[in-house]
Amino acid sequence: MKWSRRDLLKGLGGLPILGAVWWAGAANTVYNRRGRSEILQQLNISPSLPPMVPNIGGEPIKVGIIGFGIRGEQLCRSLGFATKEWMEEMKAEAEIDPKNKALEDFLNQDKLNVKLVGVCDVFDVNAERAIRSFSTPENKVKRYDTYQEMIHSGEVEAVVIATPDHWHAPISIEALNNNIHVYVEKPMTHTVDETYSLRTAAEQSKAIFAVGHQHRQTLSFKTAKDIVEKGTLGHVSLIQTNTNRNDDNGAWNYDIHSKANPDTIDWEQFLGSAPKIPFNKNHFFRWRKWWAYGSGLSGDLLTHDYDRLNCVLNMGIPHSVSASGGIYTHNDGRDVPDVLQVNMEFPEFSTGSSQAQGKEKGMTFCYSATLGNAFSRPTILMGHDATMELGNTLTVWPDMASTRYAEMLEAEKMLPHIPIYQYNPGANVPDAISSATSQYFADKGLMWTYINGERVDSTFLHMREWLSAIKNDGNVSCGIKEGFEEAIAAHMAGLSWKLGRKIAWDAEKEVIKPIAGVDFDEVLLSSGEPEILPVTTEQL
Amino acid sequence: MVDSIKDRNVNISIVLLRVFIGWHFLYEGVIKLFNPEWTSFGYLASAQGPLKPFFSLLISPSVIGWVDVLNMAALIIVGVAFTLGVFEKKGAIVAIGLLALYYLAHPPFPWLDQLNTEGNYWFVNKNLIELIACILIYNFPTGHYFGLNYFIKRKPIKT
Repeated sequence: MKWSRRDLLKGLGGLPILGAVWWAGAANTVYNRRGRSEILQQLNISPSLPPMVPNIGGEPIKVGIIGFGIRGEQLCRSLGFATKEWMEEMKAEAEIDPKNKALEDFLNQDKLNVKLVGVCDVFDVNAERAIRSFSTPENKVKRYDTYQEMIHSGEVEAVVIATPDHWHAPISIEALNNNIHVYVEKPMTHTVDETYSLRTAAEQSKAIFAVGHQHRQTLSFKTAKDIVEKGTLGHVSLIQTNTNRNDDNGAWNYDIHSKANPDTIDWEQFLGSAPKIPFNKNHFFRWRKWWAYGSGLSGDLLTHDYDRLNCVLNMGIPHSVSASGGIYTHNDGRDVPDVLQVNMEFPEFSTGSSQAQGKEKGMTFCYSATLGNAFSRPTILMGHDATMELGNTLTVWPDMASTRYAEMLEAEKMLPHIPIYQYNPGANVPDAISSATSQYFADKGLMWTYINGERVDSTFLHMREWLSAIKNDGNVSCGIKEGFEEAIAAHMAGLSWKLGRKIAWDAEKEVIKPIAGVDFDEVLLSSGEPEILPVTTEQL
Repeated sequence: MVDSIKDRNVNISIVLLRVFIGWHFLYEGVIKLFNPEWTSFGYLASAQGPLKPFFSLLISPSVIGWVDVLNMAALIIVGVAFTLGVFEKKGAIVAIGLLALYYLAHPPFPWLDQLNTEGNYWFVNKNLIELIACILIYNFPTGHYFGLNYFIKRKPIKT
């Protein structure tokens, strides 16, 4: 058989095309990968792994729940106890919407070594629901009329406190003084004074004290800490973090139960240290809207954002705080603002510098909140070398004027609009630098936090850590030090809003710098419009 | 009567179509082959439309590895078959299957959100058009005109 040139061209013509395409594809990918690994090597970030805690072995820990409202129920589910009503409701919802995995996730949740022995709630309906749902033939959940009765009963080793804010500290202190372990919801305290008393109680107690900032368990935050410590962002001069809500639930207008009346609610006990007013369902169910029982955006939601950043940066109590805002969208009788902007100054704080030493120092933490718009504004850490968007996933973009990455930016190995690092606990690859496309998929909420292939919630992890610390005499990630910083920062924000002026912290004396003629706790608890105080030179 | 010039033009056109589709498949396959971090997870996880439950099954941890390998292998097989002009009918079947899956994972139906697309589509998108082109290649194989099939076809002819 003879092959002419024409034959070869017609028969083998595809070969050079195949070779060229193969070479182009391979070369391109290898080049891009080399660029990526060069960046990764330079960044040297260790993605965080799921937390490991020692086993909660031995006899079950006897836990009592104080406050079995919305949050109390959620905390009990994290402990492994769901009410029958909730189970039925979630079952029905899963039938309508197969995407609703709440029940499935609850049933798959690891069992904690806990015996729920008692409940304390001033509303009969809540207490009875807990008893009905959690009592078993071997373990009848007991109702205690007061928290003192529960703490002194000798039946309870640990308490979970999910009451209105003004009860957090008194109950925590009583429990700690009796060496009963405490898991208390945020904010840790309702007044400045209580913050010191609670710190003393926690330090002197043998019991383990934990504050319910469950996001400290979120893997992306732990990775973010590593990123900041490695100097990836350079010096962070500004943090922007937000609360954006626009619905009744978000504005604390919770449902009012039909069976609520003076016979089913121990009104006197609910009021506690709050001003004595006649029975009022609105105040009882929607207590977050009044300074007498709650602390609105500063205590309820700013604390979340402050602690989220404090667990990454460990920046501590701000040097000074100024706040502004008002009641602009929910004129429904509340006295806490529904729009709040808080600027916390940290003039001495530094996350390190890629420039001349000492050139970069100081940071402003800017919290911006509205209950009148739910547009999603992300949490952003703005550094000289890079910007980090921090949420369940985490993305880092280089800054176009970065000193650290100047060469790579010049060589176009880095581009300001392409992330240099992305961490997504749910993705297959733990430390992939990704394109804008996969960022898009992550933002869509398609990825979840998985541990060993199962979706888990951070409150469960936070409670597990507390229970493990009780059994093994370990540490908790949000204890009294972190809680103290959170509470003081929140109170400074509340005071600043109420007084219309800057509030400063004296780090040496560990006190909020006094203002002549002003009793901080009186101001914090007062209702009504903020009072604008004149500033004197000695106070600056 | 056969118009040989027209016949030649048709052949050349289909050869070009075949080679370019092959090029496209091959390049996609090679990119994935040389990038160990690539996964179809994101594409499948965000699937929409009537076959969404099927695509959701594919992302389970035990399956996704196989899905990724098969997808990559299929892309390369089609790419090689089309550029070289060999086994093109079989290649076309594989290509039609792959493109149908891509189309059905993110169908451009007006009632569905269009995720991450660079154009505007209403029922018909580029995947579907490429699929139809592959049907044409299946029905009009051109490997004997330009490609390895040229030799296979020549074999029985004694000179």
